[in-house]
Amino acid sequence: MPKLPLPKLRLPERSDFEEMKQQIVESQVWRSIFRHGYEDTPRNRVLAVLDNVWLHLHPTKLPVHGTKLRFTWCMGGLTFLMFLVTTVTGVFLMFYYRPTAEYAYNDIKYLEFDVPFGMIMRNMHRWAAHAMVITVWLHMLRVFLTGSYKPPREFNWAVGVMLLTITLLLSFTGYLLPWDQLSIWAVTVGTNMARATPVLGHEGPFAPPSIITPSSDVRFMLLGGTIVGPSALLRFYVLHCIFFPLLAGGLMMLHFWRVRKDGGISGPL
Amino acid sequence: MADEKDMQREPPKEPQPDGASKPASGSKEGGESPKKGAEAATPKPTPPAGTVSKPSTTATTAKPTAPATPKPTPAGKTVAKKKTRLDYRVHTWPHLVRSEFLVAIGALIVLTIWSILVDAPLEDPANPNRTPNPSKAPWYFLGLQEMLVYFDPWIAGVVLPGLIIMGLMIIPYVDINPKGNGYYTFKERKFAITVFLFGFLVLWVSLIIVGTFLRGPGWNFFAPWDKWDPHKVAALTNVNLSYKVGIRDDFIASIFGGAVVIGYYLLGVIYYLIMRNRSEVLQKLGVVRYSIVAFLFLTMMALPIKMILRWTLNIKYIWVTPWFNI
Ligand code: HEM
Repeated sequence: MPKLPLPKLRLPERSDFEEMKQQIVESQVWRSIFRHGYEDTPRNRVLAVLDNVWLHLHPTKLPVHGTKLRFTWCMGGLTFLMFLVTTVTGVFLMFYYRPTAEYAYNDIKYLEFDVPFGMIMRNMHRWAAHAMVITVWLHMLRVFLTGSYKPPREFNWAVGVMLLTITLLLSFTGYLLPWDQLSIWAVTVGTNMARATPVLGHEGPFAPPSIITPSSDVRFMLLGGTIVGPSALLRFYVLHCIFFPLLAGGLMMLHFWRVRKDGGISGPL
Repeated sequence: MADEKDMQREPPKEPQPDGASKPASGSKEGGESPKKGAEAATPKPTPPAGTVSKPSTTATTAKPTAPATPKPTPAGKTVAKKKTRLDYRVHTWPHLVRSEFLVAIGALIVLTIWSILVDAPLEDPANPNRTPNPSKAPWYFLGLQEMLVYFDPWIAGVVLPGLIIMGLMIIPYVDINPKGNGYYTFKERKFAITVFLFGFLVLWVSLIIVGTFLRGPGWNFFAPWDKWDPHKVAALTNVNLSYKVGIRDDFIASIFGGAVVIGYYLLGVIYYLIMRNRSEVLQKLGVVRYSIVAFLFLTMMALPIKMILRWTLNIKYIWVTPWFNI
């Protein structure tokens, strides 16, 4: 009935975009997800950490030096990041890889040449794994140099050493999976050591010869055979994709928890 | 409000102030180093708060933090004390989260570019009948493989790796020097840092470099400019220590070798007996901790010693027995 009014000139300070943003931010859905505003208030700074499942692993406040790269080198964080990268890319690789002597090598070739983004996923998985080995060593070096293993953090250092060992084992078990010449011989060299285990390896000192034979010693148990063959591939696959990642994940939770419970990042008192 | 709640919760999470301010005993040790450390690690306490643009936040970060920290300690005591690291606290968001985010982005960019440029290796399919020469373990184990040159597999591949892992875990329990906890210092813990760096850089990292780049076919040594010649013959002139000193009888040789090895470890005992009454550090350490440290230290030093014996005197084994050789 009434004439439609002419569209008013928009005021410059409130654009469509801002209006839309406001509507979204004030919607029930948004506010159910992000419970606090974005305004930079001390309260929100605290809430940003406390209310966030990922960030709440941090304290809400920390000593200044704890934020400095020159103190932590961010090496623990980078180690964790590399672990996450290998987890994500590793899941991708698992979609295409079958741990049998017939298929393994061809599946890697298939990943490299036919699967979209297969090559870069494989590369990132490999290089992140190697980077993780380096960062975990550097992290240990930094923790040593700052004396951060001293009381009350003794136990967390021990947890760290376990993580270091598992990191190496993760990398080592993964090394076999491409099932190429590099893999099997590197793993052969590595697992040959187990032959020489005192008492438990058939070439080790004090091994009772009638009981500990090439097909009953620790190396046999590790490989499921006397050579690095199909059963070793399957074993390493299961260890690599299930056992060690879960163990590493569990120990990392413990590790991060202890960093907090031992009084936060170490520092001069 | 949340801020306050949080700060009330914070103190129990930070046990050090309690522990460190046990006034009588703690202060003598702690009196010197923490002061030094506090100066070293928190030279600019104010800037982080000061650089934040909003004046309101500046005020709030600076103010409530200070009164919050003395709380956990017995009232009165700490107020007069020098400010500790906990007096200079900043909000995790944004101060820490920002750096973490930037580092993560940077690392992911480098990793992605690297992965675009460099392909992961893939050689011929596995063939159990064709052994490559050299066969190398993954690079991070090449330090261990390199040790095989000097020790039999049961030592280099089993005992030493086991001792490395156990030894690392034991460090916090045998290093009882209270100084240098939470800040960089060489002066206050010379022995610990020297030994660790020697082990890490010389015995681990540099052996990996040798194993990776300087070992070719037959695990022979090749300089970077040498061509890897699979037919290179390395003269095997190594002899056992007992032979070197003129012992020809096997039985006497193994007694002799045993004596040398045991004598080597007895050095640790002798040092203890001599220094026991002269060194305060040793007394504090106690005999159990000392034994562990001495055993691990001597075992670690056995590697460079054996390497040098091999290079200079072509020594193969120190101790030969029917069951094992060292
Ligand atoms: C998968 C391996 C590991 C991950 C993901 C990891 C992660 C972290 C992170 C994120 C922190 C916080 C501070 C920082 O970034 O420096 C930390 C602290 C710490 N880590 Fe690790 N770490 C690992 C392995 C190790 C190892 C090998 C050691 C020692 C042998 C170790 C000992 C410690 C100690 C003692 C702290 C407390 C340091 C302090 O308060 O200053 N961690 N770790």
